Amino acid sequence: MSSTVSDSTTAGPPPAPRSRKARGPGLHPEMIGWLFMRLSGVLLVSLILGHLFVNLMIGEGIERIDFAFVAGKWANPFWQFWDLAMLWLAQVHGANGMRTLINDYASRNSTRMLLKAALYTASFVVLVLGTLTIFTFDPCAAGSTLSVCSE
Amino acid sequence: MPSALPSAPAGTLYRGRDGMWTWVAHRITGVLLFFFLFAHVIDTALVNVSPEAYNTALETYKTPVVALMEVGLVAGVLFHAFNGLRVVAVDFWSQGPRYQRHMSVGVVVIWVALFVPFVVRHLMNAF
Repeated sequence: MSSTVSDSTTAGPPPAPRSRKARGPGLHPEMIGWLFMRLSGVLLVSLILGHLFVNLMIGEGIERIDFAFVAGKWANPFWQFWDLAMLWLAQVHGANGMRTLINDYASRNSTRMLLKAALYTASFVVLVLGTLTIFTFDPCAAGSTLSVCSE
Repeated sequence: MPSALPSAPAGTLYRGRDGMWTWVAHRITGVLLFFFLFAHVIDTALVNVSPEAYNTALETYKTPVVALMEVGLVAGVLFHAFNGLRVVAVDFWSQGPRYQRHMSVGVVVIWVALFVPFVVRHLMNAF
């Protein structure tokens, strides 16, 4: 504890901490991100463990997953919105996590810019593609052999 | 006092201990899950290409090699989920920092309790 006193005298007094007001009003964006990681994380635990249990543990598990299985689930708005919530929360949570890793490990400005451009592009594609997949799904699309489609 | 300076900081409460390694594992599993989500949204989007396209892609998920990769994926999901809850508890629960090591043990216990039944069930389904 006392062995570092001589260091601090040669380095000069520490700068005064910036006041909260210096950052401007409201929550700092990084604070919102920090909070979002925790809130979305708690929700994602239930959403993803429920998803894994229903899709992999019940019945024949992964062996029974096919077009008809998806059609059966998405016939119910409950599963449509379950999957939508999972998609958005997981992609934003994952993108914010990857942004943190890029900030931590990519030291060159140009590298960070490039990686973040790729990250945001990929995230946008996943969110749009995933949302459209859930809500434009047609169980009777060409090639469907579901019995409800032949009536 | 020894005259030679250590080449790296000596052990601390954090460095090189469970707190650091759970942080490392949280980052590694997070990256793994990020890339899986990307692949999973694309494979699911095949339902809107054609039923055959989706069924063909799903057949890949049922092969033994990919089933073992799914076991690895679920191992990562379970760790990231329960270690994440531990991080939330450390940040928001007044006693969280005091019990963070106990909670690390709890993460491992819950991980084993959920992972072992999953492996048995999933490999029975896939093989």
